[in-house]
Amino acid sequence: MSNSNNPNEIIYLDNAATTRISPAVLNAIQPYLNELYGNASSLYSLGRESAKTLEKARTDIAEAIHCEPREIFFTSGGSESNNWAIKSAAMLIAKQGKKHIITSAFEHHAVLHVLAGLEKQGFEVTALPVYKEGIVRVSDLEKALSEHPDTGLVTIMYVNNEIGTIQPISELAELCRTRGVWFHTDAVQALGNIPVNIEKLNVGFLSLSGHKVHAMKGVGLLYVNKKILLPALIEGGAQERGFRAGTENIAGIAGFAAAVKEAVINMETKNAKLLPFREKLYNSIMKLERVHLNGDYEQRTINNLNFSFEGIEGEALLLHLDLAGICCSSGSACTSGSLDPSHVLLALGLPHEIAHGSLRISMSEYTTEAEIDRFLEVLPGIVKKLRDMSPLWEIINTNLSLKAF
Amino acid sequence: MIYSERVMEHFANPRNVGEIENADGIGEVGNEKCGDIMKMYLKINNGIIEDVKFKTFGCGAAIATSSIATEMIKGKPIDEALKITNKAVVQALDGLPPAKLHCSVLAEQAVKTAVADFYKRQGVDPTPIVGVIEDRCEDCHGH
Ligand SMILES: Cc1ncc(COP(=O)(O)O)c(C=O)c1O
Repeated sequence: MSNSNNPNEIIYLDNAATTRISPAVLNAIQPYLNELYGNASSLYSLGRESAKTLEKARTDIAEAIHCEPREIFFTSGGSESNNWAIKSAAMLIAKQGKKHIITSAFEHHAVLHVLAGLEKQGFEVTALPVYKEGIVRVSDLEKALSEHPDTGLVTIMYVNNEIGTIQPISELAELCRTRGVWFHTDAVQALGNIPVNIEKLNVGFLSLSGHKVHAMKGVGLLYVNKKILLPALIEGGAQERGFRAGTENIAGIAGFAAAVKEAVINMETKNAKLLPFREKLYNSIMKLERVHLNGDYEQRTINNLNFSFEGIEGEALLLHLDLAGICCSSGSACTSGSLDPSHVLLALGLPHEIAHGSLRISMSEYTTEAEIDRFLEVLPGIVKKLRDMSPLWEIINTNLSLKAF
Repeated sequence: MIYSERVMEHFANPRNVGEIENADGIGEVGNEKCGDIMKMYLKINNGIIEDVKFKTFGCGAAIATSSIATEMIKGKPIDEALKITNKAVVQALDGLPPAKLHCSVLAEQAVKTAVADFYKRQGVDPTPIVGVIEDRCEDCHGH
């Protein structure tokens, strides 16, 4: 990654969407795209080579996240892992006569849409509030569990993908463990930003995705506690001990293992580097008029900031940033492909018009100070340009001056 | 979702942005909840739209459709301006993604609402001339 300050180069501040492949990952992948193309189920040496790589990857990842290798099942990514954990766990709890599932209001769609499907099949789902801080309260889970003794599964994300807020997973999961309720966490946005230590988390299931940590798209894993026999979602061959069919994506998995190791090893240095960047971003952006930080500042991963700019719409902001070579994302309706703004921002209690004006900045270890400076140089002009042409901004200012009298 | 070059060009360099002091007609459509507000200002002389300016809160398509609509009606007689449909706006922009078609509807409505306001100020009932301008906001949330 060059540290060039050349404005023609892309400044990538959308690492919560996906990340670049790291050099170590590329190295790890390459042999399996070229000469080592064997099927891990084949018995000749070319196949055995793939099988060895697969098991080495499993062991390396198990060590990095503190679990046993046999508790790791490779999947096609975060969405599949979430689907599998929730759908299969729901089948199991239904057999025990439990039909109630608890979640939070701002999960990823790969959780919320699965739960909506289960509701249609007769399950009952309670979504805990996240308040303006964007954090689930342990007391709310306690209350919901007491009110619904037929709860069999709780699924709450470790880190929210839009606002980066960190949920108290070990407390939430411990509460469930003492009551015999299974706990799943979508930790896709946590890895590499905060510790992901299975021993300390008390969870039954945990989802990870490769492409958020500088590995390839289309690879991920589900951790399943060894005490639970989770029925397969993808059926077919005997891969992953019969729990997840499909010829293994050896190249992707080899790269994923390299990425997980790097993410864990580099976490502290990366966070130490990004903390001053985040402070700089926060302090400069909050100096602009009528800007709000979405979600708690402290209880969030260091790589993330999410703001709302009153009087402007997020997609227009993104397009102008793109014209300046900067990649960010927004929770505005126009960028979500629907006509309602992001459910995450609405769950924080933001009015629609403020949620429309949101901007997510997510950094990685490849982010440089020069990039942050360039971003801060460009942003105020764009905000001003859009506000100058915004009738909503005019209304906001008129109301303000009226209030002043 | 991909915007045409024309859309991006109008978005990046919108024409006729601003307000007209002592405008002869002003039309505002959309609302902040939907994420789009367009406000159009007209200066009308002898039935000709001599000047037009706009302000828009909204996405790239909302800004581009307002910009091109002002270009399409500037210097035109009122009756010609009223013939500009949302389809014509879309065509002039070399197309819009399906999810953004409502922005072109808003642009058409902004023009009509501003013309209706002009007639109202003259004490003329605009409905026979401009027609009924439907509030299409419900369309958005039907999705
Ligand atoms: C919190 C969270 N969960 C799940 C996913 C889905 O992961 P994947 O893209 O690997 O399916 C994402 C990424 O979009 C995410 O941010």
